[in-house]
Amino acid sequence: MASFSRSMFSNGNLKKVTLVAAAAAGVGLGIAYASRQQVQAGMNKSVQFPASMNYPDLKKHNNVMASHLTPAIYAELSRKVTPNGCTLDECIQTGVDNPGHPFIKTVGMVAGDEECYEVFKEIFDPVIDERHNGYRTDQLHPTDLDASKIRGGYLDPEYVLSSRVRTGRSIRGLSLPPHCDRAERRMVESVVCRALDKLSGDLNGRYYPLNQMSEQEQQQLIDDHFLFDKPVSPLLTCAGMARDWPDARGIWHNDAKNFLVWVNEEDHTRLISMEKGGNMKAVFDRFCQGLNEVESLIKSEGWEYMWNEHLGYILTCPSNLGTGLRAGVHVKLPNLSKDPRFDDILEKLRLQKRGTGGVDTESTNGIFDISNLDRLGQSEVQLVQRVIDGVDLLVKMEKQLEKSRPINSLMPK
Amino acid sequence: MIGILHCCSGASLEIASGTILLSLIFKHFRALSAIYPKYPVLIMANLNQKKYPAKDDFPNFEGHKSLLSKYLTADMYAKLRDVATPSGYTLDRAIQNGVDNPDFHLGLLAGDEETYTVFADLFDPVIEEYHNGFKKTDNHKTDLDASKILDDVLDPAYVISSRVRTGRNIRGMALSPHVCRSERRAIEKMVSEALNSLAADLKGKYYSLMKMDEKTQQQLIDDHFLFDRPVSRHFTSGGMARDFPDGRGIWHNDKKNFLVWINEEDHTRIISMQMGGNMKEVFERFTRGLTEVEKHIKDKTGKEFMKNDHLGFVLTCPSNLGTGVRCSVHAKLPHMAKDKRFEEICTKMRLQKRGTSGEFTESVGGVYDISNLDRLGSSEVEQVNCVIKGVKVLIEMEKKLEKGESIDDLVPK
Repeated sequence: MASFSRSMFSNGNLKKVTLVAAAAAGVGLGIAYASRQQVQAGMNKSVQFPASMNYPDLKKHNNVMASHLTPAIYAELSRKVTPNGCTLDECIQTGVDNPGHPFIKTVGMVAGDEECYEVFKEIFDPVIDERHNGYRTDQLHPTDLDASKIRGGYLDPEYVLSSRVRTGRSIRGLSLPPHCDRAERRMVESVVCRALDKLSGDLNGRYYPLNQMSEQEQQQLIDDHFLFDKPVSPLLTCAGMARDWPDARGIWHNDAKNFLVWVNEEDHTRLISMEKGGNMKAVFDRFCQGLNEVESLIKSEGWEYMWNEHLGYILTCPSNLGTGLRAGVHVKLPNLSKDPRFDDILEKLRLQKRGTGGVDTESTNGIFDISNLDRLGQSEVQLVQRVIDGVDLLVKMEKQLEKSRPINSLMPK
Repeated sequence: MIGILHCCSGASLEIASGTILLSLIFKHFRALSAIYPKYPVLIMANLNQKKYPAKDDFPNFEGHKSLLSKYLTADMYAKLRDVATPSGYTLDRAIQNGVDNPDFHLGLLAGDEETYTVFADLFDPVIEEYHNGFKKTDNHKTDLDASKILDDVLDPAYVISSRVRTGRNIRGMALSPHVCRSERRAIEKMVSEALNSLAADLKGKYYSLMKMDEKTQQQLIDDHFLFDRPVSRHFTSGGMARDFPDGRGIWHNDKKNFLVWINEEDHTRIISMQMGGNMKEVFERFTRGLTEVEKHIKDKTGKEFMKNDHLGFVLTCPSNLGTGVRCSVHAKLPHMAKDKRFEEICTKMRLQKRGTSGEFTESVGGVYDISNLDRLGSSEVEQVNCVIKGVKVLIEMEKKLEKGESIDDLVPK
């Protein structure tokens, strides 16, 4: 160290050192100044109030964000900004504007970009922990899209009317729907569509941008139950996800109509594999094939998905972190659903029931949408296997009850 | 970094290593997941935007009918995209309302007083067209002298109620699309305290929406005292519904004929109203209340209203610039309603008709809300007298139609 400094500051080098130091200082100041200018460009500078005066009133709120956002955390995190300019206020706006439901506890916050989960981890970590039933900050999430590991997966088509697997993927380097501007959203569309265009064989398909759709195309997509609409739920609109609709939004599907991609709805992409009947194995096979092929195609152009080993795949809503996977069936369980033990059975199997219109709907004719509860902490293969094994069991129980036989011996532990 | 060195001298090992160290620090400066600005940072611009040329961000205005889409050219957008007002409001924010709603007429909202000058290139032609040729070099006139109002009391057999409203914003604070919670709360405090010092027939009380129960809220809305919950697209796309009902409230005098809305579309909306057709009395109380409120705010806080010689009173929506006055009656005109010329007659007399639940609602029972069309370029006195004269004509027409007589000679050319 001493000799280093002696040689550094010897006469001959002094000039060079000073030059370097000056240049470094200049560049450093330049970066700091530019960042500050950029930061101030968007910032409400008329605000000279302490963070405590800006802390939202969450007294009537029942969402996960409100349960964990203390004034101290708010004060600390409102001094921070992600490199893309996303702020804490942007992330929590949806939770502030939507106090929540007495029965359903919504998450109450979203991410505007990948870095949000890190920059605002003091609030995201406890929210993730609660939402995912206990997930420690040091836990690693396993990713496994090897469909060959699935055992069975041929569910009884007498009972299982349809099978579906969906997930989301975000493109690294581009802001997420709550924060992105039109140029970024169009870039997402362009990157994803270039990849989807190259798919072939049974994945050969076509893209339908929302703002250029003909009446006929629109009607066909509605009839196929593929078309998505402008989000009306205030949970989404208050988060800014409906901005500029329908710019850069669209739907891609293969000719066989069993692999579908939504572009720029709630996430950059939502990928869906589905078909009538109970062949969940085939659905998951195609799902993995599609996902893996799209990934290698975007990689060949220098892009990649947002992913890290702690949170798995990064999506807009913390509830979809990890696998982002919902594997489900529409299944006829008119007898079992009337059994008082139904909800308990589902809970034990780590399954969730919904009506056939999707989340927040009621069941019709004893037909239920049954899917995995968990998203984070288990791999795709593990979750799909659980759904397969769970639905197999539910159908067995249903058959027993049909014949008025008891199901006690089948009850999960 | 290394380049600078090579220019200065042959790099010696010490300098090179020092430089490498420095460049590592700078490389990670951006990668360091947060920026720490001086003030609490609220909602910001998307910093990624600068990576993209403006043409990639230009909105798709296909099918849009707004003045925004008519006047915002790609060149203008390129020039103004990266500019922000001193409080950090950007062009993108100002136009979001119009981008999201192709059917809106204006499509622009101001986020602060400076919006009108910083983005004058866009706001000036929109204002000129909307306000019937009010040029950027024109000056607006203010006249709140109630003695100049016509003495005519409108026939109470036809005129159910009379009302005058305007808006006032506090200079130095951001407007509703951009305002943050602490500012909104400061405005609430400032205005409600000033109002609480009013006396005599103006003596009244403040009701905070945060503390009000749903039932009372609905009652006040049904009584036409309280503004609707901000659920319309105008409010939600423009960012004006954020944090509702935080910082919002209503103040009214004991007689319930002088009311102030706090933090709806503007910081304050001041309303004078009463049953019957004595518009002069309504206006007299209106101006008296306005003057006293302005004085109290100035005395207590030193703050003043946003106003200038060119645009008059500065309000959030460019449609309200100038006087910000909407002088209206609820009038029973069931026969006029059936006449195809009703709309045209109103327009010729510089009047606007609406349903009785306010803007964008339908008429119920032949009762219409008739008010002045103009806001900018004529004074308060002129606009109120215009309504009085126009409604008198409408009542004469209604009476004639009741008797089955023709109104042809009454129809304005």
